[in-house]
Parts: sequence; structure tokens; C-alpha cells
Amino acid sequence: MTTALRTFLSLLLCLPLGVASPLLQADTLRLATTTSTANSGLLEAILPEFQRLTGTEVQVIAVGTGAALRMGRDGDVDVLLVHAPNAEQTFVDLGYGQQRTGVMYNDFVLVGPTSDPAQIRAQPDATSALRQIAERGALFISRGDDSGTHKKEKQLWQLASTAPAGNGYREAGQGMGKVLQISSEMGAYTLTDRGTWLAYANKVDLELLLQGDPRLFNPYSVIQINPQRFPDLNHQAAAAFRQWLVSKPTQQRIADFRINNQPLFVPSATSAAGSLSDLTDRSERKTDLRQFSNSFEANSGSIKRKIEREMAKVGLLVVDQRQVRQAANHFKSPE
Amino acid sequence: MEILGATTSDAIRLLLSGNTELWSIIGISFSTTLKAMIIATPPAFLLGYLLSAGRFPGRWALISLFNSLLSVPTVVIGLLLYILLSRSGPLGDLKLLFTETAMVLGQIVLAFPVLVAMSLASFKAADRSLWETARTLGASPWRAFATLIYELRYGLAAACIAAYGRIISEVGCSMMIGGNILHHTRNIPTAIALETSRGEFSQGIALGLVLLLLALALNICITYLHRRSEALS
Repeated sequence: MTTALRTFLSLLLCLPLGVASPLLQADTLRLATTTSTANSGLLEAILPEFQRLTGTEVQVIAVGTGAALRMGRDGDVDVLLVHAPNAEQTFVDLGYGQQRTGVMYNDFVLVGPTSDPAQIRAQPDATSALRQIAERGALFISRGDDSGTHKKEKQLWQLASTAPAGNGYREAGQGMGKVLQISSEMGAYTLTDRGTWLAYANKVDLELLLQGDPRLFNPYSVIQINPQRFPDLNHQAAAAFRQWLVSKPTQQRIADFRINNQPLFVPSATSAAGSLSDLTDRSERKTDLRQFSNSFEANSGSIKRKIEREMAKVGLLVVDQRQVRQAANHFKSPE
Repeated sequence: MEILGATTSDAIRLLLSGNTELWSIIGISFSTTLKAMIIATPPAFLLGYLLSAGRFPGRWALISLFNSLLSVPTVVIGLLLYILLSRSGPLGDLKLLFTETAMVLGQIVLAFPVLVAMSLASFKAADRSLWETARTLGASPWRAFATLIYELRYGLAAACIAAYGRIISEVGCSMMIGGNILHHTRNIPTAIALETSRGEFSQGIALGLVLLLLALALNICITYLHRRSEALS
């Protein structure tokens, strides 16, 4: 469509609506993010501080990672906070986004009814648990919405070399919270991020059944939109937001965010950690996430050493000892 | 049932406590729908009149078009507007996606066919001599139209109420093009959808109560207007 026609259409639309020019609007930043960061309450807890510091109001649009990336590609939002490392990398490689920076991580867990009809509690890892669910024909609710969690789930089914088919496999097409509720009502298994799980654990009739498989690692990163594609987005505020997210005070706030005394996210942005892609690669190669996961719920003094060891193993955070101490403190429930 | 009772009393407490978040959601619902009605009603009535009185080619096609638009699902309107308003779409320069204006636009599109179809029915039922009398008494066409509107006020008000009922309660279009942003585009229906998915039923019920009360009030109005217009004829 020609520019003249577009301008004409724009004017035509603006006239009857009496729209104030978008340029006159107060400074706002539009953030597309995942339901896991919004539904868990993390953003509500940390965003007011950003507004206080910068005067920029953050408008949160909570959708699945797939939809968020699409909004970024189309220039409908200014900045993204998402969790699907492979899709994010493709997004950046295709030139849609830039400055992808790791912010925090947690892990995925498999939850299901307490009776555990497929007996996945005893399984050594996520893929064998999924295989067990498929073989027994147990109910499994999938997000089915191309979100980060759904992408992870599909990847796990593939690794389990089992097709997620049959009557027991249901695609909900809804956010994480809703899927947990559906699973609870139907007595089904599902894959969830730990953040949403902790936020919902009291509200649903499900139990955490499997955790700690290194493949369940769940890193979140912030991505700015490529200014060359959409020059008039609020790139300045997006850059400020990215820097603010990875700044020490905000990282501390993320670490401090708890539900029922459990940390939901572990901050991961330090200069020593390097880019997120390294972090994912290294951790997927080397980290034994089982230890990390267990430490979430454990309550002993050895946790700090354990984490230090784990982090050193993957070459993370070794330079910044302070960060290690901070992380360790957060795994410990206060006595 | 115990849960329902407890959450409902929570909900009423929430409404009475002047919770700012809750009232901001209610405010957004009312401001967008009222704006949409104010913008959509005059042209819709004019079109309804032209369709009833005018004789021009394509008239029947237009009438059936508006009748079928009555039943287009709100999510389809939402999808179309999303594609149009997206930054990569034809109207992307407006930067309207995920704004209150976009929601108003969606509600105009939803309300318009209802207003046209129902006002058309009203105008059709009106006595043709009304218009002619006004004209022979020296009224300009606009003045005569105003007289007609006044005479048909009950039927037309019922059209407005029906259209309003459609847009205040729709969730699909608002969710898609509004984005459910707190303090900006989160209205009553999208907030209920969100709060339910978060398991926060009391806020959902509080908002549902507001909608229910509104629906009740609107229905009482419709019945009243219906009786008044019957009494007149």
C-alpha cells in the first residue's frame, strides 16, 4: 500500500475518533511477556520501581512466548521478556530483535494428581516419565499455544521418541494458570514452569511429581526490537528497561520475590555469566539441574557450597562471588 | 456452594471497599462503550433511515449485509482489526493496536450493525405520513428527520440498549485488540477472563455482579420502553 493511501486512511480513521496523536501520549513502554511472569505476580512486584525511576509506564501484554515473539516481529510491542531459547535465537538471527540478554531462570516441573496413576514419581528423568504417561494412556494437558512451555513440552516428547497422541493427550490452548486448573479438575499431568506452579500450588489439587532433569532448565531473556525495522518504537525506554532488569537492585528484587517463602526465579544476569546462549549451552551440557532443583526445597547450610560447586562446574558466576552468596541465600528458607 | 458464598461476599466487600484497580476496570468498560455508542449511533440511525425510506440499487444487499453482520462472532471482528491495526498491517502507522481507541473502534464495528438493523425496523414501522406531514408543514429534511427520531424514540432507544448490551459484555474483540493491559485496556469481561485463569474468583464475581446489575437495568429499560411505545400506538 502506498504511503499516501496509508496516511489518508489514517486521517480518515482519526477524524471521527478524535484520537490524540500517539506522539502526545505519555512515555509508555509496551512489554509483551509470558503468562508465567505475569500470572505469578513477579511483574506486579517489580515494575512499579521501574516506573518510579524512569517515569515510563510499562504496559504488560501477557501471552504465550510464540505470540509475544510474533508481536515483536510485527512491531506491535517495544520489548519482550520471553522463555524459549531456540525460538529467541532464531528471532535474533532473522534480524527481528537484538540485545538478547538473560535475566533469570527457573525450571520446568511435571505435576499431576497425587494418586500418580502413571507412576512417574519413580522415573529417573522427564523423558521416561512422559513415555510412561503415554504408555499408560494417562491424561496429559498440553498448553497447545506455542508458548515457551509448549515448545519445551514438544521438545521433550521428541526426545522421548513418543508421539503425544491418543485420547489421554489434550491440548488446552490456554495460559499456564488455566492449564494447571484444567489439569487439577481433570486429574491430569502437565508440564509447568516452577514460577506458575508455586503461585498455583495452593489453589489446585496437584502435586509436584518430577523435577531436576537438566533438560527442564528454563531461562528467561529480554529482547529489544530491531530499531531498523521499526524506527519509531520506544527503543530508548526498551534499552532502559533491559538495563534496569539486569541491574543489581532489580536482580535482587527478582531473587527476593517469593510465594509461600519459596523463590520463583533465580536472577542470572551478571557480567560473568556472559550471554544467555552460552548459559543455556553450558548448563545443558554440564549442569546437574537435579541438584539445583532439590536445593529449591531443601533447607540446609550445605546448599551454598553445593550451588557454588554447580555454578563453578558450568563456569558461571565464578568471578562474582557476591552473586553466588546471594543466590545461595535465596535457596535457603529462613529459619 | 460454600466457595460460591464465600467468594460472593468477598466480591461485594471488594466492590464496596473502593478498590482502585477494580474501579479502573469498570471505568474503562464504561468509557470505551459509551464513546463507541456516541460515535456509532448517529450515522447508524441515518443509514437505517436511508435504508428504510430510500429506493436505490443495492439496498437489499446492504440490508442483508447488516443483518448477517449481526451474528458475526466478536473474535472474527477482533482478528480482522488486529491484522488491520498491527504495525505491519495497512493501518499500522496509527499505532492503535493495544490502545483504548482500538477497543472503541472494535466496539463501534460491533454495535453498528445492531443499531442499523434495529433502527431500520423502527423506521419501517413508522407511519410514512409522519415524514410527509413534517415536510409539508415546512420542515427542512434535517428537521423532519429530527421529528421522526423524536417520534420513534422508544424503538430507537431499545436499539441503543441492545447494541450497548452487545459491546459491554463482549470479551473476544477487546482481548485481542486491547491486550488486556491494566489501567488501559482491561475492561470488565477481559478482567473476568484473566481473574478466572488466575484462580482469583472473587474479583471475577465482583465484576460479574456489575455486569449483571447493568444487564438487569438495561432489560428493565427495554421492557419499560416497549410498554411505552405500545401505549402510544
